[in-house]
Amino acid sequence: MAIDQFFFYLALLGYLLGTLHYLLHIASRRLSIGRAATYATLAGFGAHTLSHIFRIYALRRPPLGSLYESLSFFAWAIVLIYLITEFRYQNRVIGAFVLPMVLLAGSAAAALPRRIAELGPTLQGVGLWVHVALAIFGNAAFALTFCTGLMYILQERQLKSRNPGRMHFRLPSLELLDDVGVKSLLFGFPLLTLALITGSIWAEYTRGSFLPLYGREAWSILSWLIYAGLLYARLSAGWRGRKAAILAIIGFCLVLFTLIGVSLLRGGRVL
Amino acid sequence: MEILVVGLSHKTAPIELRERLNVPEPDLPKPLEMMGESTDLVERMLVATCNRVEVYAVSEGPVEGAVEGITDCLATYRNVPKADFLDKLYTYTAGEAVRHVFRVASSLDSMVVGEPQILGQVKTAYSIAQAREATGILLNNLLEQAFHVAKRVRSETGIASSAVSVSSAAVELARKIFGDLTGRSVLILGAGEMAELALRHLLDDGVHSVLVANRSYDRAVALARQFHGRAVTFESFRQEMVGADIVISATSAPHVILKKEDMQAIIQQRRHRPIFLIDIADPRDIDPGCNAVDNVYLYNIDDLKSVVETNLKERKREAERAEVIIDREVGVYLTWLRSLDVVPTIVSLRQRVEQIRGAELQKALGRMDDLTPEQREVISAMSHAMVNKILHQPMTELKRRAALQDGHLYTSVLRRLFGLEEKEK
Repeated sequence: MAIDQFFFYLALLGYLLGTLHYLLHIASRRLSIGRAATYATLAGFGAHTLSHIFRIYALRRPPLGSLYESLSFFAWAIVLIYLITEFRYQNRVIGAFVLPMVLLAGSAAAALPRRIAELGPTLQGVGLWVHVALAIFGNAAFALTFCTGLMYILQERQLKSRNPGRMHFRLPSLELLDDVGVKSLLFGFPLLTLALITGSIWAEYTRGSFLPLYGREAWSILSWLIYAGLLYARLSAGWRGRKAAILAIIGFCLVLFTLIGVSLLRGGRVL
Repeated sequence: MEILVVGLSHKTAPIELRERLNVPEPDLPKPLEMMGESTDLVERMLVATCNRVEVYAVSEGPVEGAVEGITDCLATYRNVPKADFLDKLYTYTAGEAVRHVFRVASSLDSMVVGEPQILGQVKTAYSIAQAREATGILLNNLLEQAFHVAKRVRSETGIASSAVSVSSAAVELARKIFGDLTGRSVLILGAGEMAELALRHLLDDGVHSVLVANRSYDRAVALARQFHGRAVTFESFRQEMVGADIVISATSAPHVILKKEDMQAIIQQRRHRPIFLIDIADPRDIDPGCNAVDNVYLYNIDDLKSVVETNLKERKREAERAEVIIDREVGVYLTWLRSLDVVPTIVSLRQRVEQIRGAELQKALGRMDDLTPEQREVISAMSHAMVNKILHQPMTELKRRAALQDGHLYTSVLRRLFGLEEKEK
């Protein structure tokens, strides 16, 4: 087993322990379990970072060339953004929603073929890597928007029912969830926009066509439009709360489809 | 030596009787002194709250006599005939007494399970008894352990984590909507005890600006002054709702004063910022349909009551988890208590010294091969004699002390000096 694989599995183990402890933490409310969750996730993240470094060293290019690589990078970026959020808001409940998703993305990556993809000459160049990295980071931010949106809807239902149950006590306040939701959106949207721009420029240079509206590009533009609409509604029309949360969930489903679904339709090719 | 608990509580006695037997805090030393003089209670403390009157004590004599002495003292001191409360009393001894003290301190025996006051009350009662030198090693250790258990129960279970009064439930809901309440504003419509109580809770939590609207402007001004708020005219309350985060409505209006259409218009003007409406009026002030408007959270008094009920059920569930912790801690305390018993201490000290003697004797004899059996016998007899002579004085003293009040002190020191604890493990 190559060394990058070893660290990748180590990272998955860390994320698995993190997931279990975050879930246990909200069930038991014990601080020590919450801390264990954070440490496990941090350890997983460290191992994951090492795995990327070794793969870059072996490939002599960024690890963004296959579906396995980009899913793994996607999981890594979500963890990075999540950990920053946890430290900033001092709230571990969000972890119980984010980490299972990370674990899912990581396990899905583990199940995919990991042979090193031979990339044609058109699929080289700094511009392309920048495009892919931006898109993945933007989408990772939207993963957090998605999770807090989901939690918002759960908490809102609890409050609206006027008979809040046990979930109500565990979940953070609507204010906090909305705040994380809008900040992650504000972080992700410029990245996605830049990714679209660099992608178009790259397409212009290599294929000679600007914005070819088929396949992945079309889906990317659609999800960009949804997020643009969401941002506009939030900032100018004062949309917030449930509607914003629902739109964030729809947007992210589209992102997932663009990232994974389209690749699978095209037989596992990412680029 | 027997640890015992004698008392009555909300579970056994009606409030009138509890009131008649209650001892106000400043008067606590007096009955403690009385008990010290007239009974053979070597350690004692009295916990008296409006929900319980209990004596925790260590008795030298038989339990029946101690109970009799305690009831006599209470009856004389509070001038209540014994017959009035004798059948309401409970008595716990040994493990059951320890469990009871732990449960009381952890608020598991409280009327509202998980309420935080009882721990403070027990602490005060303990420090008063301690200051009068009415407690000794057994009660000191029992109470210190009880405080530790209470802390564990609080942090490891949720028995105290949800609101169990209507006004604190309202605050808790507000926190789940707005997060931090610092800087939030509240608008009061009408007036009333419940409204003021809820307002006070909100102010304690950081809500800073208070608006008061009342049909009588003068009353609004009076109430506003009381809470450092601002009075507004009743007619303008809908405009004021655009700026307020929390609205407490308690008018005596015979019909709904806020309709769903009003609310929809207001939420538009608020740019959909969430608003928390608390309708505690009877009949209702706010159209229940308002809850269907996005970002509006409407709770009426019945909703709040049902939240409280749910929370109480949640506390009961958590209390079961707390009992498990208590079980374990009672075990720990009883083990410590048993270790103070003088007989096992003497036995294990003997064993310990005997073990050392045997080992050293073997070592010495092993180095001297050419001894005759007689010579060996002499050396062995000498080691026996030394051990017995050395142990004689401490053993006699220990046995004598065991019957006295500070006997456990001697055993515990002895056990520590000779490392007898470690050996048992």
